[in-house]
Amino acid sequence: MARVVVDVMLKPEILDPQGKAVQGALPRLGFTGVTDVRQGKRFELEVEGEVTEARLAEIEEIAGTLLSNPVIEDFSVHVEATREPAQ
Amino acid sequence: MKIGVVTFPGSLDDVDAQRAVRLGGNEAVALWHGDHDLQGVDAVVLPGGFSYGDYLRCGAISRFAPVMTEVIEAARKGMPVLGICNGFQILCESHLLPGALIRNDHRKFVCRDQRLRIDNNRTPWTSAYDEGQEVTIVLKNGEGSFVADEATLDMLEGEGRVVARYLDGNPNGSLRDIAGITNERGNVVGLMPHPEHAVEDLCGPGTDGLGFFTSLAEGALA
Repeated sequence: MARVVVDVMLKPEILDPQGKAVQGALPRLGFTGVTDVRQGKRFELEVEGEVTEARLAEIEEIAGTLLSNPVIEDFSVHVEATREPAQ
Repeated sequence: MKIGVVTFPGSLDDVDAQRAVRLGGNEAVALWHGDHDLQGVDAVVLPGGFSYGDYLRCGAISRFAPVMTEVIEAARKGMPVLGICNGFQILCESHLLPGALIRNDHRKFVCRDQRLRIDNNRTPWTSAYDEGQEVTIVLKNGEGSFVADEATLDMLEGEGRVVARYLDGNPNGSLRDIAGITNERGNVVGLMPHPEHAVEDLCGPGTDGLGFFTSLAEGALA
């Protein structure tokens, strides 16, 4: 088993009203100095066996067709080290 | 004409759309998202609502529903397709229409009677209107802000593919006040406001929306 993580973010030029709402809440909570907040999505895909080049290519395709909308979003894919289950 | 109305899990306005189709002088055919079957219809309406709970992105999962394989294929061959609200989002996710719909810039759900100007009456869904005609129909959305890059917006305007624009204030942050667009061929129309809620005097702001449903029948007779 391995974990592949896909991060999806709105493209920089696309307005992010949710991020703006979060940013607007920070001063009300007493947190200052945060000049911008952008909200994205993180997908954790558990995959069978080794993460091969072919598997990564397939996950890139998943990320580009379903997990993100290329018109408004960018994505990045990385493999995450998984801990062995405790014996 | 036989106009199919697709019901997805979470569609809300499918029955209203069927009723509007009938009031427009057409036969309404209920289509199911899970069937690879358009039942021989002449045109398709993708109705409003919150298909798949708007999970992932509005319309992102519906776009891969079995029936959409046939809808996309038929649309590419020229069959008239109208996507209203969530249906518009599905058409953008399907890449049948350019651009995307994101959360309203003011972050609030908007529900109001909205003035619009019909900028393109050359589509099979808008031929009953005069170009430049001003109408009032219902608008209700949380993620209705139309966005696209500058080049795409210039192309849409340059090719006359903006079907309707918001008047009297932009309700959701849509770029260039765009409320609806069409594809290059002109058979696929996406519209954020809801003409199916403005087809009878008893409820809603009047009958200005009826033209979207009479256009097809008039086009067929012409």
